[in-house]
Amino acid sequence: MPMDWIWGLVGGLMIGSAAAFYLLVNGRVMGASGIIGGLVDRTGWATWAERAAFIAGLAIVPMLIKPVYSVPVMTNITSNIPAVILAGLLVGVGTRLANGCTSGHGVCGISRFSIRGIAATIFYLVAGGLAVIVFRHLLEAI
Amino acid sequence: MLRNLSAFIAGSLFGAGLLISGMTNTRKVQGWLDIFGDWDPTLAFVLGGAILPMTLAWWIAARRARAFLGNDLPGKPGTTIDRNLMIGSLMFGAGWGLVGLCPGPAVASIGWGGVGGAVFLVSMLAGMYVAPAFRIRFNQMAAALH
Repeated sequence: MPMDWIWGLVGGLMIGSAAAFYLLVNGRVMGASGIIGGLVDRTGWATWAERAAFIAGLAIVPMLIKPVYSVPVMTNITSNIPAVILAGLLVGVGTRLANGCTSGHGVCGISRFSIRGIAATIFYLVAGGLAVIVFRHLLEAI
Repeated sequence: MLRNLSAFIAGSLFGAGLLISGMTNTRKVQGWLDIFGDWDPTLAFVLGGAILPMTLAWWIAARRARAFLGNDLPGKPGTTIDRNLMIGSLMFGAGWGLVGLCPGPAVASIGWGGVGGAVFLVSMLAGMYVAPAFRIRFNQMAAALH
């Protein structure tokens, strides 16, 4: 089994453990777009400190681990800046309209057999696959 | 205070998991979505690995009245697959495929994402900022079409 798959499984177990911890200790669904978006549009202002603490851990800890991690880490983001702006806007609006992203609908939704979480995951996987076909293979823009 | 500390721990573990799983690498995410190209199945291991402990957590949560720190647990999930869920998820997926970042990894990789990562994050936050107004306009337009 390639090492990438093993690291994927190990990292996935950590992501799921983080979600499990947040649910059982804080009573919250660990959805990144909801935690961030609730601060941005102020709908989650009543719980701002809890959200800010979560985001602080999410932003700071990978930064600290990266230099000592044995595997080289790169983001490989496309240099096509208009594409990056468009993608960011789509992710921002889309996750808030759908009330969730890969963590909320994907990890937390599928694991409780939520029909909305499963449906959302199918829709964003299909759209993501189509985006790669169109932008990578047809237009060769990314 | 304890709630903020546990939120920080959860965010930290989430971020570390995203880094180690390879999900902050857009090439791996796009490789998973690229089923007609050089397909990379890593993301299936990530999602599968994440769902395992979370399934157990929901099982425990269903048998408890409250979370460990005393607050309410989430209620039952909704069951309607409405227009907002479908269109929002399609929009999100298109952006996710286009660049290979979703909200969690966008924040987790901010330390080394460079200009592209920063532009993505700012655009995503701008999208989240206009989302409530977009939702209202979108639903008005959809209602007008009926």
